[in-house]
Amino acid sequence: MKFSPFFTTNTSVSIVMLKVLLALVPGIIAYVWAFGSGIVVSLILASATALLAEAAVLQLRNRPVMPFLLDGSALVTAWLLALALPPIAPWWLVVVGTLIAIVIAKHLYGGLGQNPFNPAMVAYAALLISFPVIMTQWPVPLELTTIKLSFIEQWQYIFNHVLPSGVGFDAMSSATPLDYLKTQLKMHHTMEDIHQAKFFGMFAGKGAEIVASMYLLGGLYLLHQRIISWHIPVAFLTTLAVISGVFHWVNPAHFSAPLFHLLGGATMLCAFFIATDPVSGATTPKGKLIFAAGIAVLTWLIRTYGGYPDGVAFAVLLMNILVPLIDANTQPRVFGHSK
Amino acid sequence: MNQYQEITENGLWKQNPGLVQLLGLCPTLAMTVSLVNGFSLGIMTALVMAASNASVSPIRRLVPTEIRIPVFILIVAALVTLIDLLMHAYFHALHAVLGIFIPLIVTNCIVLARVEAFAAKNPVIPSALDGFMMGFGLALVLAVLGGIREIIGKGTLFSGIDLVLGASSKAWVITVLPDYHGFLLAILPPGAFFGLAMLIAAKNWLESRKQATQPMTPNPVAVH
Repeated sequence: MKFSPFFTTNTSVSIVMLKVLLALVPGIIAYVWAFGSGIVVSLILASATALLAEAAVLQLRNRPVMPFLLDGSALVTAWLLALALPPIAPWWLVVVGTLIAIVIAKHLYGGLGQNPFNPAMVAYAALLISFPVIMTQWPVPLELTTIKLSFIEQWQYIFNHVLPSGVGFDAMSSATPLDYLKTQLKMHHTMEDIHQAKFFGMFAGKGAEIVASMYLLGGLYLLHQRIISWHIPVAFLTTLAVISGVFHWVNPAHFSAPLFHLLGGATMLCAFFIATDPVSGATTPKGKLIFAAGIAVLTWLIRTYGGYPDGVAFAVLLMNILVPLIDANTQPRVFGHSK
Repeated sequence: MNQYQEITENGLWKQNPGLVQLLGLCPTLAMTVSLVNGFSLGIMTALVMAASNASVSPIRRLVPTEIRIPVFILIVAALVTLIDLLMHAYFHALHAVLGIFIPLIVTNCIVLARVEAFAAKNPVIPSALDGFMMGFGLALVLAVLGGIREIIGKGTLFSGIDLVLGASSKAWVITVLPDYHGFLLAILPPGAFFGLAMLIAAKNWLESRKQATQPMTPNPVAVH
């Protein structure tokens, strides 16, 4: 027989972060399968930069280096950023982005647990604003191209900008479905015509939709492990589905279907890995619902009317600003006290 | 230290408008996309400040206290108009680049701040020096900030110098980072905030290091 109090052991940050990394693995495998091994190069680059930068900054701040380095939070930031960047981008893009995330967005604001903005999204937004051309060139899904770079060739391209002879950059890069959709809609093409483009799959981008499904799988694992609570993913995905569903129902020629929004762009990555950041996100249960719904509304608005193809990064950052307000107004009633 | 040295030191370092008083942030943040732009606007501001301090000081006893602010602003506005028209005549290209920010020197709070805080209480020569040194201190900050943003943002230094010194000086533009993609963020407004924050941090760090290395000097009597 057991008696109260039932203490639970506090899960350490390292375990949490390790499980988050583990949950990303299926998505990464699908990514490699769909787009080639370029993403692995980005991941390695981002991880190495993140660890070095983290160690250097901790040293500068006179903090213990090893405990903070081993907690894995820098690695999670690095992986999320690498997964958000185009895998055919030059090496310095990944390095600069990771430095912005770790040094500016994380440590200048006080380090782990203090940063008001999601570091990976700060870096992504900074890079998107600074290098718009590079940030919107994505690889063609392997299914659609005869060009299959080996791992070594990927490495060479990312570092030296050298492609194997006979391969042009244009042949292996394309706009993303979100980007393409936006430009085509501006030219008054109908949704049906646009979806004839060969890089559209069943619901969203060919290949990308499978990667997104794998992120969903990883996210469910995190839910099962109670690393994240259900509030943010459910509120985010439901709100996005409802808004896009209503508008699609009213005018299907102009507004994308809900599944396109759910499986396209960075939706799944955001729902389970980015918006659920315990530091920069809302913490109260009701607050999490509001926070996630806000991200969904902003994401849909930016995707539909904004200047940038995907709105997840900006939506998350904008809602990050509101977190203190949301948290302050959604404090749950303390047991035994009236409101 | 005599009075003039103290005024100079206050303007350039101790009370630097850009780094310590944080006055005049509008041009600091908006016009520092390049070294030349930043420094030019800074020098314009310094000239206006020297002239306005020098003109307010002699009449400081004649102006009734109740209406001193409108009177001071009118004087500053007249001087800014003068500078604006002179630039339009002699540095037309630069005038086109700096645009609205030249007339806006009137509204720059550092100008009125020095008129009100210094020129309204001191004789002409120190007032003029104070105005110029405060303006020059601001100009130096604008130049450094502009230089940093220009190098990071575009990879060049002294771009646009031909607007000031004529077409022959175009060769002076230094390409610091050849074959550079350009880091647009440094040119955009966030870059100004980041850059200014770094400069303030650097100044505070220098100050604290100076204090740490000479802790034995007796504390001077506080003047404030």
